[in-house]
Amino acid sequence: MAFTGAHLIPVDGPEIDDGVLVVHRGKIVAVGAVGDVDVPSGADVVDASGGVIMPGLVDTHSHVGGISGADRSGPIQPGVRVLDSLNVMDSGFKRAVAGGITTVNIMPGSGHLSSGQTVYAKLRVGEVATTIDALLIRDADGAMMGGLKMANGTNSMRDAPFPGTRARSAFLLREQFVKAREYREKIERAGDDAAKIPARDLHLDTLVEVLEGKRVVHFHTHRHDDIMTVLRLKEEFGFRVVLHHVSEGWKVADEIAAAGVPVSAILIDSPGGKLEAKHLLYETGKVLDDAGVLLAYHTDDWITDSRYFLRSPALGMRAGLSRETALRSVTLNGAEILDLGDRVGSLAVGKDADFVIMDGDPFSVYTKIRETWVEGEKVFDRSEEGDLLYAVGGYGAGHDQRPYLCCYGHSQTGAQQ
Amino acid sequence: MKRAMMMLLGVCVVAGMVGAEVDLAVRGGVVHTMAGGAIKDGVVLIEDGKISAVGPASSIRIPDGVRTLEAAVVTPGLIDGHATVGLTGIYNIPHDQDQIERSEPMQPELRAIDAFNVHEELVAFVRSFGVTTVHTGHGPGELISGQTLITKTHGNTVAEAVMVESVAVAATLSPIAQKGAKKSPGTRAKMMAMLRGELQRAKEYVEKGERVEEDDDEDDDEKKAKARDLGMETLGRVIKGELPLLVTANRAQDIASVLRLKEEFGIRVWLDMAAESYLLIDEIKAAGVTVFVHPTMYRAYGDTENMSYETAATLADAGIPIVLQSGYEGYVPKVRVVLYEAAWAAANGLGFQRAMGAITIDAARVLGIDDRVGSLEVGKDADIALYDGDPFEYTTHCVGVLIEGEVVSEVVR
Repeated sequence: MAFTGAHLIPVDGPEIDDGVLVVHRGKIVAVGAVGDVDVPSGADVVDASGGVIMPGLVDTHSHVGGISGADRSGPIQPGVRVLDSLNVMDSGFKRAVAGGITTVNIMPGSGHLSSGQTVYAKLRVGEVATTIDALLIRDADGAMMGGLKMANGTNSMRDAPFPGTRARSAFLLREQFVKAREYREKIERAGDDAAKIPARDLHLDTLVEVLEGKRVVHFHTHRHDDIMTVLRLKEEFGFRVVLHHVSEGWKVADEIAAAGVPVSAILIDSPGGKLEAKHLLYETGKVLDDAGVLLAYHTDDWITDSRYFLRSPALGMRAGLSRETALRSVTLNGAEILDLGDRVGSLAVGKDADFVIMDGDPFSVYTKIRETWVEGEKVFDRSEEGDLLYAVGGYGAGHDQRPYLCCYGHSQTGAQQ
Repeated sequence: MKRAMMMLLGVCVVAGMVGAEVDLAVRGGVVHTMAGGAIKDGVVLIEDGKISAVGPASSIRIPDGVRTLEAAVVTPGLIDGHATVGLTGIYNIPHDQDQIERSEPMQPELRAIDAFNVHEELVAFVRSFGVTTVHTGHGPGELISGQTLITKTHGNTVAEAVMVESVAVAATLSPIAQKGAKKSPGTRAKMMAMLRGELQRAKEYVEKGERVEEDDDEDDDEKKAKARDLGMETLGRVIKGELPLLVTANRAQDIASVLRLKEEFGIRVWLDMAAESYLLIDEIKAAGVTVFVHPTMYRAYGDTENMSYETAATLADAGIPIVLQSGYEGYVPKVRVVLYEAAWAAANGLGFQRAMGAITIDAARVLGIDDRVGSLEVGKDADIALYDGDPFEYTTHCVGVLIEGEVVSEVVR
């Protein structure tokens, strides 16, 4: 297929005013200005004149799919997988593609120091996907990809056995990492001696993956001192980590940059709502970018709705973020954070044909997403009534399942956390 | 339309010339007066906190030496049609959450003036986006949660800021006002039964009061004073049509209940949130009810799971008066910015003019404050917002805000 006449935003190169995008077997095979790119004979030519095409959006932190994670029995449960809670029929997936999202890191909540494993998903929801397996992203070895959710600050503090203070939160995590180290050493020492191999522990297995750099930690953290605690833990145990939300990231931007840690930031209309978000600023994105931090935005869906994901980088621009980083922050930077930089995040030859067709500039409030494509398949079409229902809402667009987050439901009904 | 605008401008120019001391001027590339159309390269003159002239720069001279604020786009100060800001605070801890009192399900006697914190940071926050007037007060969450007020977003005390002390009585017909543990109300039907019972009591209270008024026996005066009931007095004002009942309802069946209540007691009602109102267009229109549409970007869940971004447009298309609002938020964002909610409505079928109207002149009319605010017209309060582009665009900034002629915000937001 060849898409012609549109303004192309490849993200990893300059924007192209009158471009051609050629897709074959789910991959991008050519991208460039009209005249520079040969449209193969026999290709279906789609006239996208007046449209704007950019890569499918990468959301590095979402709770779509009716998520749950660890239960209240303990604060650290890395063996629990969000995967096992997901409902592929959940309308949240439909809304996500209506918002142009094609790749998503689905996370369990923040009410635990570790509420479990996250899963990276491709929103292949065009045809009827009957199980969540259809949405998984697999690595070269065929293993499903995902990270591990961790959190500090107030969301994960509660009655015992949960921590009641910040210091205990850090201690409990350190204790588990120490255990995981010892567990790994025991396994290494045992070698082939089956009698000496410790009983398999799914929680510790996951932490070992983290220690070995095979699984990235996605760390919910808001306050500047909590952010520094995460960097200290990283330093001590040497794991790969992404800082999530970082309401006060602007206070420690240089420290984050020096640690070489990427950020997946949230942008909320107003500061507050919880003590840790009191000093949230629209400027956080710009400050981090200026400091040299790899910046992505996320929806944290339901905290912000997937359908207006592009609003976050746009409001970041309102506070000084460059257009270039704004574009990267919801595409290529997110892809790199999820170790998918070679597969998605830009309109580049060889990458998955994940893209969005819009009727205007991505950062205008008036722009509508017309179509979303995943691996060469159309998964959202605003001109289809069924898809439009999810894009704008209406009777029947409601949730199939309510997600279990941390603190939203309680606050909403007036109870204080 | 154009002729009407020119006539209006003529009047403005004359008024401007009779003015004695211009304190401040505002000049905009486009001035959306919200009264007869936009003016290119327009000027607003301000005297004693009031607008003394509005018109094109070609016909209004800014006196020498008068400070002039300039911006690409100028609008009236925005009106947030319904909020809880100022009763809800930024920290979201019991210390700063006064929008709901949980001790009883029905407390119409609670006044917003006794709880509104004009120094609340979030009041200043929304002001910095151009919001100069807020209808705020007791929130959704109890069957009858209390009263609302209208205030400017600037002042040292509530007395200085407030425009209307008591605007409406807030009620909730939604499961969020139901209680567990064998407490009432626990069901939809019980909510209505309790509301009807209370309104019936109020009706009798009013009737009794009227009988006492008619009876000029002075010996009854003491008895009359003893019988005073602050809650019944407030609901009595609803019964008499002095105050509307502002009812939060989202599901179609709850909206229908609100209309039934209006019919039964002959009271004025304002529908709040109304996520499924698009299912009852004819009924709402026939009842002549104004809809305070949920924040356009509200979360679709529970009662609002079927909400639509296009509801404001659908209602407006049908000729139903609408107001846009920031509403109530229990978590983050602790306050919404009504400018953003209007922008999303504008982009989802409402269009610029109607969306801007819903947060300026149309909101002012519904709230009964259009003699003072809502448009840039001679004699009105000099409440003005300045922007460096289309106010609804994500990347536009609010660059200045005036309330009653005073520059209250100059941050670039």
